[in-house]
Amino acid sequence: MSTLDYIRTLTLRSSLTSLIALRALRRNKMRSSLTALGIIIGVASVVAMVAIGNGAQVRIESQVAALGQNLLTVFAGSRRSGGVNSGLGSASTITLADADALRRELPDVLATSPEDTATAQAVSNGRNWSTTIAGESPDYLKIRDWKIASGSMFTDHEVRGAAKVAVIGSKTANELFGPLNPVGQTVRVKNIPFIVIGVLTSKGAGMGGQNQDDRIIVPYTTAMKRITGDKYLRSINVQIVSADRMAAAQQQITSMLRQRHRLPDGSDDDFNIFNQKEIADTVNSVSTVITLLLGAIAGMSLLVGGIGIMNIMLVSVTERTREIGIRIAVGGQPRDIMLQFLIEAITLSLLGGLIGILVGVGASRLVAVVADFSAIISSGSVILAFCVSFVIGVFFGFYPARRAAALDPIDALHYE
Amino acid sequence: MTTQTSSVPVVQLRNIGKTYRTGPVEVAAVRDVTLNIDPGEFVAVMGASGSGKSTLMNILGCLDRPTSGSYLLDGIAVAQLNRKELAKLRNKKLGFVFQNFNLLARTSALENVELPMFYGYPLVSLRAQRQRAIRALERVGLGDRYRHHPSELSGGEQQRTAIARSLVNEPELILADEPTGNLDTRTSIEIMGFFQELNDSGTTIVMVTHELDIAAYCKRNIVMRDGLLISDCPNENRRSARQERTRLDQEEQKAKLV
Repeated sequence: MSTLDYIRTLTLRSSLTSLIALRALRRNKMRSSLTALGIIIGVASVVAMVAIGNGAQVRIESQVAALGQNLLTVFAGSRRSGGVNSGLGSASTITLADADALRRELPDVLATSPEDTATAQAVSNGRNWSTTIAGESPDYLKIRDWKIASGSMFTDHEVRGAAKVAVIGSKTANELFGPLNPVGQTVRVKNIPFIVIGVLTSKGAGMGGQNQDDRIIVPYTTAMKRITGDKYLRSINVQIVSADRMAAAQQQITSMLRQRHRLPDGSDDDFNIFNQKEIADTVNSVSTVITLLLGAIAGMSLLVGGIGIMNIMLVSVTERTREIGIRIAVGGQPRDIMLQFLIEAITLSLLGGLIGILVGVGASRLVAVVADFSAIISSGSVILAFCVSFVIGVFFGFYPARRAAALDPIDALHYE
Repeated sequence: MTTQTSSVPVVQLRNIGKTYRTGPVEVAAVRDVTLNIDPGEFVAVMGASGSGKSTLMNILGCLDRPTSGSYLLDGIAVAQLNRKELAKLRNKKLGFVFQNFNLLARTSALENVELPMFYGYPLVSLRAQRQRAIRALERVGLGDRYRHHPSELSGGEQQRTAIARSLVNEPELILADEPTGNLDTRTSIEIMGFFQELNDSGTTIVMVTHELDIAAYCKRNIVMRDGLLISDCPNENRRSARQERTRLDQEEQKAKLV
């Protein structure tokens, strides 16, 4: 017999053996589907967990990105008086001059927005709403990567003149003006009338869960002079030229501010710098760990499913001892018998894997709809789940198949 | 009928022995059996249970290995072969018929008959398998019942299916282990009829039985006791299944008239 004939025979026999295996599975529909269920649940949970984990990660990343590109925030230190700590930004340490110096003297700084905030009651025609009043510079929108939905941002000219103009968030616009177009309307804060010149696009919940769309942005000069009366800033938003300059820029800002504030060596900073990239990295690594953890738990259920397959295959081999004896007697080689049961196990687990992928995709879609959350199904996890279910079939089918192939034909033929 | 002494014997057993070890006790199931079976023979192996005839059959069927002696099947020394080679040999040279038929349940008669071809090298095409299986079933008179499953067939029909399976690969030797043990008299005669027909067309058959009635249809009778071959003689007054059937019909007719 030529090699070609041999290969042809093997191929044809393997496909016929697959048919026999499929038929055996079809015969025990209930048992087969219950066995496959273990794999279905395992694969589905791996696919869904990874999809949900990826979705969470992308969502966090987009929230971090929504803070702005390459953003450093310099907060004033905390103020402590009589044992009461008033928290970050409460100390009077950062001045407008600091902000100017950062922008003028550090080449890595692209833009700054001095920030002074207060919470106040805003009053429109017939409605009122408690919201955050934030004094900012015109660069604020660029720094935060934020767009104007209608109207326009105030200008440097208006900042210099401490103009009574305001750009409001979409939530605030809705609360104060309802369906009306707020642009051109007046909103009163602490009895000072501001002309609304722009409405921001919606940005949704921020990292801490607060609604970023609920705020009124006014020129920082106006805020300091007319609303808060502060001489100092709460913080400075600083945009750095590129991501790889972030660390260096943070160093430069620190040394510059220490110098300007004449802090002696060894003393603590009287300000804090928040690095957006560092936060993003931390959050990312946490969410990666969570995704891995969820995947590992789902993987455990795959293992349990595999053991289920092994169990059923052992039962099947015992039940079909006589069949095996007949097959061996008429010329079935150990390899043929082994292949038959191995294919049966692989078919079970691959079938479970395929259905599991469908269920997993369905489940993550459902979660996405119910929880308003985009689960991201990666083709990698789907392919991996499929391969893993194949490997499980081989691994857990091997022992029962080998047992079948090693049966003694005489005993097997007389098995009752 | 003459035996073809000129060609190679199908079976050559030289001083075959088989001892089982159960704990400290050694049991000799077969002792020093020397035996030649030529092509075209029809041999009955008789003996009480425990006489070693089943063990001898298992050795002849390459399902069991002797602990001593040599066995040539169609000139091939069996002792040196591994499991895989034994399987190939069984597939090519041997056909089995069992007392309890040993058909695959929930599989049609046709597929049961196709089974030995499924394990054949080289694999014949599916169409050729089907044709050969149908031809084998036609030979045992089941040409119209091949779609039925074993549970839908009578005992005689099941055994005929098993005979069709045993001869589908055109083996050198058919081994039948108490083939009529589970059948009534009329069906037994019918089955022996098929064996006689097969033998007439040149197939060598070795059959284990403990019934003298059944051994009477064979050409040569071998008797075993305690693992030893104690008698080996040609069957002088051989029964013909066809004549027996006619006689049985007449007896029944008579019984009805009375």
